[in-house]
Amino acid sequence: MKNAFGEPQSLLLVGGASDIAMATAMRLVRRRVRRVILAGRPSPARDAAAARLAEAGATVETADFDAFRVEEHAKVIGDVFAEGDVDVALVACGLLGDADLDPLKAADVAMVNYVGAMTAAIVCADAMRRQTHGALVVFSSVSAGRPSGSDFLYASAKSGLDAFARGLTEALRGSGVHVMVVRPGFVRSRLTRGVTPPAIATSPETVAGAVLDGLRAKSEIVWVPGILGQLTRLPGSVVRRITG
Amino acid sequence: MANKTILTGWGRTSPSVAELLRPGAEAELTPLVLAPGGRGVIARGLGRSYGDPAQNAGGLVLDMTGLAAIGPVRDGYVTVEAGVSLHRLMRELVPEGWFPPVTPATRQVTVGGAVAADIHGRNHHADGSFGNHVTALDLLGADGVTRTLTPGDPDFWATVGGMGLTGVITKATIRLTPIETSRMIVNTWKCPDLESVMTRLTQADLAHRYTAAWVDCLSRQGRGVVEGADHARQGAARSFRARGFEAGPGFLPVGLLNRHTMGLVNRGLYATTKRESVQVRPLASFFHPLDRVGHWNRLYGPRGLVQYQFVVPMGAEQTLMKIVERIRRSHAASFQTVLKRFGPGSGGWLSFPTPGWSLSLDFPTTTKGLAWLLDRLDELVAEAGGRVYLAKDSRLRPELLPVMYPALAAFRERRRELDPRLVFQSDLARRLSL
Ligand SMILES: Cc1cc2nc3c(=O)[nH]c(=O)nc-3n(C[C@H](O)[C@H](O)[C@H](O)COP(=O)(O)OP(=O)(O)OC[C@H]3O[C@@H](n4cnc5c(N)ncnc54)[C@H](O)[C@@H]3O)c2cc1C
Ligand SMILES: NC(=O)c1ccc[n+]([C@@H]2O[C@H](COP(=O)([O-])OP(=O)(O)OC[C@H]3O[C@@H](n4cnc5c(N)ncnc54)[C@H](OP(=O)(O)O)[C@@H]3O)[C@@H](O)[C@H]2O)c1
Repeated sequence: MKNAFGEPQSLLLVGGASDIAMATAMRLVRRRVRRVILAGRPSPARDAAAARLAEAGATVETADFDAFRVEEHAKVIGDVFAEGDVDVALVACGLLGDADLDPLKAADVAMVNYVGAMTAAIVCADAMRRQTHGALVVFSSVSAGRPSGSDFLYASAKSGLDAFARGLTEALRGSGVHVMVVRPGFVRSRLTRGVTPPAIATSPETVAGAVLDGLRAKSEIVWVPGILGQLTRLPGSVVRRITG
Repeated sequence: MANKTILTGWGRTSPSVAELLRPGAEAELTPLVLAPGGRGVIARGLGRSYGDPAQNAGGLVLDMTGLAAIGPVRDGYVTVEAGVSLHRLMRELVPEGWFPPVTPATRQVTVGGAVAADIHGRNHHADGSFGNHVTALDLLGADGVTRTLTPGDPDFWATVGGMGLTGVITKATIRLTPIETSRMIVNTWKCPDLESVMTRLTQADLAHRYTAAWVDCLSRQGRGVVEGADHARQGAARSFRARGFEAGPGFLPVGLLNRHTMGLVNRGLYATTKRESVQVRPLASFFHPLDRVGHWNRLYGPRGLVQYQFVVPMGAEQTLMKIVERIRRSHAASFQTVLKRFGPGSGGWLSFPTPGWSLSLDFPTTTKGLAWLLDRLDELVAEAGGRVYLAKDSRLRPELLPVMYPALAAFRERRRELDPRLVFQSDLARRLSL
């Protein structure tokens, strides 16, 4: 349960320990989050993240979540909620892919960024609706509105997820559940390793700060950095040059 | 959910949605407890606890005020249904010469809430807490069976102070205090600094049944006013009258209660108090001055207020002074700051009062740096062997609870034996992993 200052105490990371999710988790653990569930693919990175969170004072559980295995999502995530209320869930699985027009690779990008993220979010939303409280944070991307350039497959998947999450925001209004869509620009993280950063690039820590502010303010859409929200009126080609 | 209701405590922080039902007879309770739905059930009295103990997000909440019968007084004992308020009890019994054994600073609490939080009053040093005066209580358990518990039964002490988590209290038998009048003889002393407040309060405890001190946390010295009172004997009539405005002053501007206005009020209060005086006052004006203003909690605006009450053992005076100094330096303004010395505890496993110094404060939730400040105060309190009051808490770090309440492990274990499916659930229980 959140406390009187609106500080969450339990946190679910769907997509495991992504750089952005970890930065957010570390900040929340430094305040009141005590129970963290890492739902992601088993890996040394997931274990290392669990150890870091435990060291910071959290009780850490892991759950094996693979975005591709949509038939398992209800059980894997359902079990997490059965163990206790989840105050905040971050859906942060992502796969950048490339510009190859390879149908199977394109399907992978759609599965991780859109289909799997959506099914996971639906299971979380349903459980939170029964709790009548909770915040569901869905990681979209600024590129969701600009499917062009080398990552347009990724952008197209993110625009599907973004549309879904905005619809979910409406569907859950009045249920006590807060849905928040986060649209970061270029973030220096594992996802973008090897890609040349554009003019405006941020860090996982900056995104984490924006997520915390958004949770506190109960924002429905969060741009990171905030200025990106103002750029939507500029022509797409200009924006691409600034944001990558 | 049929009757979806947003519930909060008196502090109006952390609202949550539940199905609220108001049973009119004891028989209606059993089926609700046996099949409460997936999110469990909790009893609620008049919602005067400040935080979230009488809330149950997504589940069922039983408004107990429909069960409010008062039995006849026999040899100074009365058996009542748990939903009766102390307000009604006083209205009915004071004219007959009886007073509740313990009354908090508001009459608007139920007997069920008084037992579940094992409440204390200004007579704690002399008479103990509410649970000390309960001789029997009926508890409806998770198995749907109602048991009569007496102080010889360990489950009695799991329930006194147990915040509703052992079951629904349906009835209680209470030992009443005989009174000759409905007046109080009130002695007042003005004290220029915290040390003299503490000394005077210690002296007052030896001479008077009801004592407490108001402390001006904004003043550099921690000056205050000490009151020591007793029931007046013979003479004045016994009628119990309490004036009250029903609606709260919702029109008062938000932010009226700030550091500056509070400083002014405190200075004014202090200045107009005589150095030493003796007055005869009506019961209500002595015990429940705030009840005259209906929903005064609305003065704090939509974000509400955070109450903080702790006790540190006798001998930890340095901690108490350090805390008062910390608060003063933090510029957090507490509107009502009350100091009280507790006597021995009742034996309730999660009961709050233990021998020592107790300070209660209330802050607007929006006070800058408040979350951080209170975390630091918790550490000082825990280090000194003290604890915070669950009926007022809304933000404690869960890991400090076992340090503050050594019987917590026993409580957790017994709760799970009595209620393996954890049917009795509240936001407080979830927040603090009770
Ligand atoms: C202005 C003000 C002054 C106060 N002063 C004092 C004071 O001086 N001393 C003090 O000790 N407290 C004080 N309090 C706190 C108050 O006395 C307690 O919080 C009390 O428990 C409130 O009773 P309630 O009936 O409103 O219960 P609620 O707040 O509705 O519930 C409190 C707890 O009791 C449980 N409960 C209620 N009824 C039942 C039942 N029938 N069976 C099982 N569990 C039940 C609930 O589940 C919950 O855990 C004050 C509160 C206010 C607002
Ligand atoms: N970095 C940016 O510029 C940027 C910009 C906008 C939005 N975002 C979004 O922000 C979120 C977090 O990204 P990040 O920058 O922190 O990058 P990241 O560290 O690479 O995070 C991506 C996460 O997705 C997980 N993942 C990939 N495939 C998965 C699968 N099949 N099943 C389950 N999990 C899978 C990864 O876990 P594994 O360890 O198992 O691979 C990894 O933890 C993503 O949704 C991303 O799209 C990022």
